[in-house]
Amino acid sequence: MKKKIAVIGLVFAMVFTMTALTSCGGGSGAGENGEVYVYCYGDYFDPEIIEDFEAETGIKVILDSYDTAEEMYPVIKNNAVDYDVVCTSDYMVEKMIKEGLLQPVDKSNIPNLENIDPVYLEKSEVFDPGNQYAVPHMVGVAGIVYNKTEVGDTVIDSWADLWDPKFADSIVMPDSVRDDFMISLRKLGYDQNTTDPKEIEAAANELIAQKPLVYKYANDAARDLLIDGSANIGVVWNGEYAYILDYNDDIGYCVPKEGTEFFIDSWVIPANAKNKANAEAWINYLCEADVAATNFEYLYYTTPNKAAYDLIDEEYLNNPAIFPTEDILARCDSLRTLDDETIDVYSNYWKQVKAS
Amino acid sequence: MKLGKRWSAPFIIMIIAGTVIPICSIVYYGFTSRKGGFTLSNITAMAEPEHLEALGLALLLALISTLVCLILAFPMAMILRESKYGKQGFMVFVFILPMWMNFLLRTMAWQVLLERNGVINSVLGAIGLPKQQLMNTPGAVVLGMVYDFLPFMILPIYNVVSKIDNHLIEAAYDLGADKAYVYRKVIIPLSVPGIVSGITMVFIPGLTTFVISNMLGGGKINLIGNIIEQEFTVNSNWYLGSGLSLVMMIFIIISMLLLAKFDKTGESSFI
Repeated sequence: MKKKIAVIGLVFAMVFTMTALTSCGGGSGAGENGEVYVYCYGDYFDPEIIEDFEAETGIKVILDSYDTAEEMYPVIKNNAVDYDVVCTSDYMVEKMIKEGLLQPVDKSNIPNLENIDPVYLEKSEVFDPGNQYAVPHMVGVAGIVYNKTEVGDTVIDSWADLWDPKFADSIVMPDSVRDDFMISLRKLGYDQNTTDPKEIEAAANELIAQKPLVYKYANDAARDLLIDGSANIGVVWNGEYAYILDYNDDIGYCVPKEGTEFFIDSWVIPANAKNKANAEAWINYLCEADVAATNFEYLYYTTPNKAAYDLIDEEYLNNPAIFPTEDILARCDSLRTLDDETIDVYSNYWKQVKAS
Repeated sequence: MKLGKRWSAPFIIMIIAGTVIPICSIVYYGFTSRKGGFTLSNITAMAEPEHLEALGLALLLALISTLVCLILAFPMAMILRESKYGKQGFMVFVFILPMWMNFLLRTMAWQVLLERNGVINSVLGAIGLPKQQLMNTPGAVVLGMVYDFLPFMILPIYNVVSKIDNHLIEAAYDLGADKAYVYRKVIIPLSVPGIVSGITMVFIPGLTTFVISNMLGGGKINLIGNIIEQEFTVNSNWYLGSGLSLVMMIFIIISMLLLAKFDKTGESSFI
């Protein structure tokens, strides 16, 4: 019996040491003004800015990254690690606000907020009324990319072009429930965030009808397949299009007339952040015009930072694929978080699409 | 003996943290509904047509991969057994070598090879043959599974076959058996533990894979592993994901029982 207790004691001792070790990971070199724990999508800003930020503010940055918002959510929700500032997508911001996982940012600590284009702040109100919680970081617009030579005289301007038998076996669709349903719902003229099971069913039938024409469902591979000519038409975010152009300039991009989905990835502060002031200093720094311009050149996604436009090459600024015009933005909506029942409806139809 | 017990503490911690706690939480989620409270619906969900279809396809592909692996591995193990000592070590090394590389990378390499404008089709094109649709087919998924899991079939069989006493085989020949008869009556019966162990080690990962079907199936081949993965990562429905995982555990337990039945000597515990 004593031995059992000893073993259990050892287990606890190890668990405690492990948590103690992780929670003060990197603590040895804490900056003079403390530290800031940053949690962000992988590779989502130029890593060089971390050093500059540390030099400028004396705050040490501890950066962790994740791949999907769904992966980040339980970490914050279960308080697994106390992050001070998190970068995530619109629908997840909405969900976290509703569940009280975030705290409002103190705008007086972020004077650079005025650099952000009001258009994007207004668009953010959909998921963050009053812009209380979220400061935009990057924006992306989903659109169709196509091989200009293969498309020939056909004008690509509609989601329906992805159903064109002419492109049989050379269409790349996203491998993601909501993105594919967005395309199908938009094609039918429905709201991309619909909760009406009839509309969802109709959209599923469209996707089932399209499946024999699809070469591949893939998220990151679309750009590579377009570049090497394995596929002729696909759906990508505009930042990916800028990347494609570096390798193959025979590729065109369009935002379909039925409108599309766009995302605003923003910085937010979790409710249990320990270093709120440092988190705000971090957000403020990222809103500086030259930092935003550096990040743009690193990622080629749309930066919502208007002040940075002066520092960015005209060639990019005038490319509506990279900096969407107001007319395009008017057709964009972000995906919203749906209730569990509706998520199940989507997921069940998606399984049918995949099984067909 | 006392020392031994004390040294087993790290192992016990590993088992608790890495096996017991995860299984308990899977069981907990599997029998809980989204709104809280006990339910069996996550388990019975396996009977829904989409899930059954994915399960059937996974069983079929895993079965084919296992068979192909077996057909390739048994002669290979015999060749290894017969080859001379220095050569033998080298050949085993060659088989284990790819396992030192991350298997995701190796699967990605197949993507590059099989893609429509990939290496294989470029070679075919260069010698004037038509391009083949290789990617995004069930065949590509089977190929990926066979490639990734083949060493897990070869090694246990080789391990058993290499220990078969040569005198037994010689005695069989002396008694007038021909080659086929020796294989049927001596070599194969003696290598059953290795074969069963190999089958388990290929069939189970093949049945539950979602990475290979995602990478080589182009998202068009939906296996039960993909469905479970989607429930966890995209739909945030850990309850259904856990319920389906519990059903999958039944298959694992069946294979374990089979393994225990055939492998009483523990000879095939190579890995």
